[in-house]
Amino acid sequence: MATRHFSWRLGALAVQLFLVAAASAAELRIGLSADVTTMDPHFIAAQPNLTAQQHVFDSLVRTDERSRPVPGIATWRTPDPLTWEFTLRKGVKFHDGAELTTEDVVFSLERPLAITGSPGGFQTYVRPIVAKEVVDRYTVRLRTATPHGALLQDLADVLIVSKRAATGATGEDFDRGRAAVGTGPYKLARFARGDRIEFTRHEDYWGGRLPWDRVTLLVLPSDPVRTAALLSGQVDAIEHVPTADIARLRKSPAFRLEQTVSWRTIFLHVDQSRDRPPGVLSKAGKPLAESPLKDPRVRRAMSKAINRQAIADRVMEGLALPAANVVSPSVFGHDPAVKPEPYDPDGAKKLLAEAGYGEGFSVTIATPNNRYINDEQVAQTVAQMLARVGISAKVDAMPLSVYFGKARNKDFGIALLGWGTRAADLALRSVAATANPDKGYGAWNWGGYSNPKLDDLIAQSLGTVDPARREAIARSASALAAADVAFIPLHYQVVTWAMRNGLTYTARTDEFTFAHYFKPQ
Amino acid sequence: MIAAQAPLREFTAGFARDRIAVAAFATLCLILLAAIGAPLVSPQDPYDLAQLDILDSKFAPGAKAGAGFTFWLGSDDQGRDMVSAILYGLRISLGVGALSTVIALALGMAVGLISAYAGGWLDNLIMRLVDLQLSFPSILIALVLLAVVGQGVDKIVIALIFVQWAYYARTVRGAALAEKRREYVDAARVMAFSARRIVFRHILPNVLPPLIVVATVQVAHAIALEATLSFLGLGMPITSPSLGLLISNGFAHLLSGRYWISFFPGVALLITIVAINLVGDRLRDVLNPRIAHHYGA
Amino acid sequence: MLAFAAKRLAQSIVVVFIMSALVFVGVYAIGNPVDILINPQADQAEIAAATRALGLDQPLWRQYWNFISGAFAGDLGKSFAANIPAVRLIFERMPATLELALAAMVIAVLLGIPLGLWAGLKPDTVSGRAIMAGSILGFSLPTFWVGLMLIMVFSVWLGWLPPTGRGATVMVLGLPVSFLTWDGLAHLFMPALNLALFKLSLLIRLTRAGTREALAQDYVRFARAKGLSMERVVRVHVLKNIMIPIVTVTGLEFGSVIAFAIVTETIFAWPGMGKLLIDSINVLDRPVIVAYLLIIVLIFVLINLLVDLAYTALDPRVRLAGRST
Repeated sequence: MATRHFSWRLGALAVQLFLVAAASAAELRIGLSADVTTMDPHFIAAQPNLTAQQHVFDSLVRTDERSRPVPGIATWRTPDPLTWEFTLRKGVKFHDGAELTTEDVVFSLERPLAITGSPGGFQTYVRPIVAKEVVDRYTVRLRTATPHGALLQDLADVLIVSKRAATGATGEDFDRGRAAVGTGPYKLARFARGDRIEFTRHEDYWGGRLPWDRVTLLVLPSDPVRTAALLSGQVDAIEHVPTADIARLRKSPAFRLEQTVSWRTIFLHVDQSRDRPPGVLSKAGKPLAESPLKDPRVRRAMSKAINRQAIADRVMEGLALPAANVVSPSVFGHDPAVKPEPYDPDGAKKLLAEAGYGEGFSVTIATPNNRYINDEQVAQTVAQMLARVGISAKVDAMPLSVYFGKARNKDFGIALLGWGTRAADLALRSVAATANPDKGYGAWNWGGYSNPKLDDLIAQSLGTVDPARREAIARSASALAAADVAFIPLHYQVVTWAMRNGLTYTARTDEFTFAHYFKPQ
Repeated sequence: MIAAQAPLREFTAGFARDRIAVAAFATLCLILLAAIGAPLVSPQDPYDLAQLDILDSKFAPGAKAGAGFTFWLGSDDQGRDMVSAILYGLRISLGVGALSTVIALALGMAVGLISAYAGGWLDNLIMRLVDLQLSFPSILIALVLLAVVGQGVDKIVIALIFVQWAYYARTVRGAALAEKRREYVDAARVMAFSARRIVFRHILPNVLPPLIVVATVQVAHAIALEATLSFLGLGMPITSPSLGLLISNGFAHLLSGRYWISFFPGVALLITIVAINLVGDRLRDVLNPRIAHHYGA
Repeated sequence: MLAFAAKRLAQSIVVVFIMSALVFVGVYAIGNPVDILINPQADQAEIAAATRALGLDQPLWRQYWNFISGAFAGDLGKSFAANIPAVRLIFERMPATLELALAAMVIAVLLGIPLGLWAGLKPDTVSGRAIMAGSILGFSLPTFWVGLMLIMVFSVWLGWLPPTGRGATVMVLGLPVSFLTWDGLAHLFMPALNLALFKLSLLIRLTRAGTREALAQDYVRFARAKGLSMERVVRVHVLKNIMIPIVTVTGLEFGSVIAFAIVTETIFAWPGMGKLLIDSINVLDRPVIVAYLLIIVLIFVLINLLVDLAYTALDPRVRLAGRST
């Protein structure tokens, strides 16, 4: 009897201990797919950096899982098309206990312009703001020179730092944590570049109590290794599950997957501005009198030759949807009326013959080999499919470091590119608008496509502050680019998180991995 | 003529005494044959994208291809028949390894002999250059070359020559210096033979056999290095995969159970390298036991 | 001795100079880091401004001049991506690489010399042959493949060891080291073994060859004929004979271990400077690439010097001036 009593007591104690342990050691470890280079949120606009930094800092404009602006630490209204008035939530606390005020906001919107020596900063987001007017402790008005509809999307990436902590701070001050004082859900505990980032919970977080005391983000760029870390229990969750491992993880009862369509569209830029684009030759390898790619029928034929569903199913193992638009379905400005070009090799051959290229020609498809999911495999598959309709295609794959420079230098006839953004008009401005350095249009328009009507639509859309009207214009711009085959859309990526059983994640279309979106089941 | 045959017979007999080495040699011959005859025996040209079908991709070993033949070792993520891919891959790997080694050997030998024979500031300069060269991590050389001249088989050969020549130069120089101090060279010099004659008639024949042995083993190294470069994404173009690239491609599928994409090319690579190394080892034992001194040092 | 060291140092400085110029031009030829690091939404003017801000719009010779004059002032430039001085970034990562490389060399020496001795003393036994066969495998297996297999077997199938990363560290003399914690050792084992494999095979073969040669020498035969025990012969004569090549190789190979840790670090996500180099190459972070290579060259030169000094210490007959490699 006594022993039984004792063992019961022991059992209860063990349960208690277990509960205590579970409560106090609520730690979440997440495997990231790319390295975080700095904790300074205004130095370089790279997604991996923003992933880590948004654990520490909030932005003025939050985005929901569909990448649409939603109020977070502030709400907004537009009294007139040139004025954006932001009202801060009261009682938002920085990690050092100070309250967030409009002083911090103004400081944070100015700081990106003061950063020097950055190869790719945040200036582009804050430059449209020509005046900042502090109304009171909680209200600030931002003015733009011309109506700027994309301001909310732009500000979603500008993180708010503490003026007190960040004044005069260097990159190292952020890395060491001295300046990394934000209002976000987690405090920076340790930043070990190339290895891991450790956070502890911000107890006064305005968004309510969080389930994890401690969060560790581990940098695991190698795909199989990231999966191995999850399988062996080294991490609780991983982002960007490699396509090859999806099937296995889906079958395993020990793991869960969360998926959504990503904001990233993969497409082919097709040269339309030159008579002799690189790599475009006759089948015998001789130069052609005129570039076939200039003919919209040829571009349409190439689009018809591509079996997008096969790419999505086979190469991407289901982690892609056939694409038609410049942006994916949940993104602002997607036109659902535009459908993916159906796979139709016979129609493609007919169109080619009609355009006078019945005997075919040859092209080279350039692709990076370390940027997008299965990028070089996708390019090879497209080459296979073009060969079926008589266009013999070679693939020229290279690392990103070489690729982007060459593409900007116009060294390619056909080039693969992926684009992820919060709005179709922003995407089109970069990749399809006529290149015009004065307006800042077409900086990534490698194909040299040009249609003044589209340029007008983009300008109109970006200049419209009312979201509903802006989206309508952005949609018609999307539709126009698709009708012209300004580029050949391939697929929208699907983004996947894998986690051990007992966790859930709100899959985000913008691909961000946030510990505060992981919940115990 | 007759005098030359006796050592050869002795050599063959010496080599044949080790049964493992003979087996390795036979394997190597088979591999070479398979690599050379790849277009004749492969059911598919794995480098012709038009012959591949994405709908045939990732089939397990033994599955039937859309075109009718059987994927005895499965297919990769582009629908490449693994048997064909391995045979063609062997061609590339062996070709790249052998070609780069031969050129690097010739280059390194020339530089090493000049260095050893000239001595003085030239020797110093060359050896500093060798130091410089050996301090470059090979992948950086590869990436820089790749960026400047593009990706391709010829480029990887250049990169591998670049990585290897200094090694030979250093080895040859060491060996030549050792030979130089020997009496027969002194004697030749006393007899006022020209420098060229001393090098070609006296030093080279003594330095060459050990070098060839080292080079045999170096072919294996070059193949492994090419595989590593391809693994890091800096080697072969994806459309004409070497064994290393096949392995690297298959690595992504390893955890999902599609072992064949990575495993079989790995086995082919391993057998090739082991066979070369075994043959090289035996050659060394038979030809010159002293080679161990130069090797790797 | 001092004159020798000074001469070597002077030569090394020339080497470092040539190196820096070559790497500078090489990385310049690859492309513009702004193309890769730029905010995708930036327009042409902002791309141009970022290029200007980094000084990348200037002619190459001027960029190099700026770099050289900075270098003489002890400033090798700031990392484009990390926004801190390149040298500090590398020193941040160096302890991890040194630890990995040292651990690999320790494994290679501790296993390689006894195994090689055994194979040399008993060349015709099954064990002796097995050791040699193993060393051929070690030579033949590409490092990356072994790394993958190690992860597959020990982490995924058996679940014994963590697959990647560096474990808990403790500070020793101001440097973070991981081999003093259990967690750290568990993380260190696989990458160190992976990196050691090639050197281990090399050492086995060298030791075996040295042993066999020593045993064939007259004085050793004489010693044995005199009735000296095998153990004593090995201790006194054989070990002495094989020490010189082994010191050379361990010394010289240490530099290459550090350089080739790149592959191992990439596979095992080991946060060392090799992985930093790969990451930096991927984004063309030129200050880091150049600084890394300069530091590697310096390490290499230093090791060469130490090997030479060790040579003289071990064998007074070797005249330093006669050896230049």
